[in-house]
Amino acid sequence: MLGSNVIVSALEAAGFTHLVWIPDSHIGTWEPELRKSRLTLVRVCREGEAIGLAAGLMLGGARPLVAIQCTGFFEAGDAVRNVAHDLKLPLRLLIGVRSERAARDGKSGDNCPHFAAKLVDAWELIHSRFDPAESTPQQLADVFRKLTEVATASAILWAE
Amino acid sequence: MMTHREVLEVLAAHRNDQVVVTTMGSVAIWPKLSDSPLDFHYIPSSMGQGVPLGLGLCLAKPGRGVIVLTGDGGTLMNLGCLVTAAQFSVPLYILLIDNGLYEVTGGQAVANAGRTDFAAVARGAKIPRVYECASLAEWKAIASESLSGNGPVFVWLMVKGELGQSTPTSPRPMSEQINRLREALK
Repeated sequence: MLGSNVIVSALEAAGFTHLVWIPDSHIGTWEPELRKSRLTLVRVCREGEAIGLAAGLMLGGARPLVAIQCTGFFEAGDAVRNVAHDLKLPLRLLIGVRSERAARDGKSGDNCPHFAAKLVDAWELIHSRFDPAESTPQQLADVFRKLTEVATASAILWAE
Repeated sequence: MMTHREVLEVLAAHRNDQVVVTTMGSVAIWPKLSDSPLDFHYIPSSMGQGVPLGLGLCLAKPGRGVIVLTGDGGTLMNLGCLVTAAQFSVPLYILLIDNGLYEVTGGQAVANAGRTDFAAVARGAKIPRVYECASLAEWKAIASESLSGNGPVFVWLMVKGELGQSTPTSPRPMSEQINRLREALK
């Protein structure tokens, strides 16, 4: 499993200026490293709000990453639609997919992995899958590069 | 009771170099009073996202004032944004135009119309400066003070509901608005 120090270093190297986020039981473990990083952390109350806030940051020239669990991504649908397709801003999302590994191993009936994949497709977000338990730092750098090099909104489905 | 237009006329007289983010009903009125590249008509929008968008602009451009014109319906959809904004010391000015109804959908009442104390909600979120105005005279009296200095600032403006309004459109395409705003913020 990639450590939070490796992940946060990769976020910095990818050029993100702000992390707009709501922690979950996986993403939340990064917080001590994030607090030591160059990233400005913006804690919001609800995920749709994270998307609107990221839009304002992008209008002002910043490079935010929105990090949320897939459950919040489901809630944030209209904001994603608006920012990605009305404003056409290059929204960057890291979506923690709850129970992804357990579901893959047949140990969870959680429907989050099923709907997370369907909804990133529905919102026409260019996306990659990434599992920090099975990947190297170089693969992490590659996935962030892919996330940021496209002109349109994009996402990483991050296995939890 | 004052009208929405009267509220914006006072704003036009007191606005300095702040960005003005308009939403819904304000989009139909503000272009008649201002044509600045610092005007951003957030339409098409995601309802309730005007304040988060304004806060994002503040965080990206430290020191730049941002005025957000939001409605009671949009605010009720996203009350948590007041809590989020209160975490930061930024010149964000939230002007809540409260007409008690969903104007462009036929004038249906918002939840708890006329009973919600929005100033108390903002104070409870720990927005440092909160004002409430039920008349044009009250708004004129505090406009200059409320639209200057650091914030966030929350101004609750109670206006007359007007029926028969249609969904407004922005005077410019979104891509042109974004380019204009970004150029003006350089």
